[in-house]
Amino acid sequence: MKEYDNKIPIYLQIIAQMKIRIASGELSAGEKISSVRELAQYFEVNPNTMQRALAELERENLFYTERTSGRFVTTDEGIIMNLRNTLAEQELKKFMNYMKQIGYTKEEIIKKIQSWQKEG
Amino acid sequence: MEHTILEIKNLQKKYGKKEVLKGLNLKVNAGQIIGLLGPNGSGKTTLMKIIVGLIQDYTGDVLIGQYAPDIHTKAMVSYLPEKTYLSNWMTVKDTFLLFQDFYKDFKIEKARDMTVSLGLEEKQKISTMSKGMQEKIQLILVMSRQAKLYVLDEPIGGVDPAARDYILSTIIKNYSSESSILLSTHLIHDVERIFDKVLFLKDGKIEIDEYVDVLREQRGLSIDAMFREVYKV
Repeated sequence: MKEYDNKIPIYLQIIAQMKIRIASGELSAGEKISSVRELAQYFEVNPNTMQRALAELERENLFYTERTSGRFVTTDEGIIMNLRNTLAEQELKKFMNYMKQIGYTKEEIIKKIQSWQKEG
Repeated sequence: MEHTILEIKNLQKKYGKKEVLKGLNLKVNAGQIIGLLGPNGSGKTTLMKIIVGLIQDYTGDVLIGQYAPDIHTKAMVSYLPEKTYLSNWMTVKDTFLLFQDFYKDFKIEKARDMTVSLGLEEKQKISTMSKGMQEKIQLILVMSRQAKLYVLDEPIGGVDPAARDYILSTIIKNYSSESSILLSTHLIHDVERIFDKVLFLKDGKIEIDEYVDVLREQRGLSIDAMFREVYKV
């Protein structure tokens, strides 16, 4: 069973997951998206919830629909770059807030990142 | 576009002097999965029994499609009661054949597929099955019909968590924009992600009738947490 945070609207959590896939290229520009029914089964949610998430992603121009052939990821690389940037900013903001809380200056943070070796 | 599957107006029901439903109003559109929530004794089962035609001494209007609950609506409504009603002498296969005789919309292949998925056997006798296994069979019977309205009274209460997940994914898989599901449960945490809407039953009426994502957005709470708040004792 998929884990959701029940305090947050489920459709927003699906949107967030979809955005990560688009930003990472796992869903590539111009790629065809599965049907609402298939996606609902994959995400283990109600098809209406899935539909709402897709409609919102379309409103943000990340997906588009062609009347006869289905739904696709945008082919506009600029939109995808913007998305990556926005997601990175969001995460960085959280990170910077936390580092400030534990007393790091900006210079210390930069040093820390440069010297940081990912384990494994 | 959106058509109504179930409409209830000013529904009242008493047991002796005790009023259980006090002028309840409700509308269910096609293509929705709706959670019916409320503490013990709030009237969930009574409401469901009225909808499926098992309780007839109520006042107010109940319409399924265009009919009040009766013979017509039995063919449109698939009901999972809270308690098991399967006869002990029957095998699983017997129950399938019984349903096939009773209901034109029963799809036996579907029932067989689900039986295999849930690790049950058609030749097994009901009398030799655990309570949880019997509940699975009942759910298989109910979900293998192509009904307009599914009325499920505590469908996952007695089954283990792995079977719960399978049952929920079965409900999602069976979703049709032409039918609706009304489902009561106390296991809100496990089920709330599949709901469109929830109904909170309180003091014989529907206190809250809202889309779950709207409630989460407005209150920043899970439906489970909201339940604890609304019915705090």
